[in-house]
Amino acid sequence: MKFGIQVNEGPYTHEASVTAINFVKSAVAKGHEVFRVFFYHDGVNNGTRYAKPPQDDINIQKTWSELAKEHNIDLVICVAAAQRRGLADEGEQERNGLDGNNIMDGFRISGLGQLIEAGIECDRLVVFGD
Amino acid sequence: MSNVKKFMYINNKAPYGTIYAWESLEVVLIGAAFDQEVSLMFTGDGVYQLMKGQDTKEVGIKNFSPTYAALGDYDINKIYVEKESLDARGLTVDDLMHLVWEDEDADWEEKDSIRVVTSAELAEILDQQDVVLSF
Repeated sequence: MKFGIQVNEGPYTHEASVTAINFVKSAVAKGHEVFRVFFYHDGVNNGTRYAKPPQDDINIQKTWSELAKEHNIDLVICVAAAQRRGLADEGEQERNGLDGNNIMDGFRISGLGQLIEAGIECDRLVVFGD
Repeated sequence: MSNVKKFMYINNKAPYGTIYAWESLEVVLIGAAFDQEVSLMFTGDGVYQLMKGQDTKEVGIKNFSPTYAALGDYDINKIYVEKESLDARGLTVDDLMHLVWEDEDADWEEKDSIRVVTSAELAEILDQQDVVLSF
């Protein structure tokens, strides 16, 4: 089965990110395809590379990055939500005249259309959040 | 992307206090460009999103409620509001904004977009959807 995933909550504050990670791991282990993970609302904070959680805690952002690399998963951060919350890649840095960027390797920033496309293309769209 | 799917957006949170309602509406508006069959559902405190006369001046947060009136122009005219949620809050459909759409097949007659339905009816409507996004 082809899955699309939507993550609506920020890391650590809310368990949704880790639950989504566990879901993706299990789905892939069972032979399913995860077409895309779309990060929305505070979920965009799953994609910052500046997070430095304590060593005995899970590094959520890094876990996403490694998952994406290992299983070729498209991690998409919503551009509108990212602009509100200060997430930027090189393109956003340039367009908005920012003095840096903070996106984690394996993530990309794009529009809400990517979420709708995931809904159209996938057999199931699973939303994680309240 | 030739197939048309049934998209349902569930809104069950108050309009202010958190950003979910406003960012949900942004998804709906962007999604309208994809020519899918779209419905919206308002349950729980989500029914407050459709209240008329919203004024956020004192809280200093943008009042986005006028945007709902644009939904009809995007051919989004299936807006379901749960009756039990209205009842529990002492509200009726008259407390909500009057959202309309123009029916191309009926000489552009203006029709109501909001339909008040029971939770049992909502369950049936939900069962018919292909993609359910909850906010």
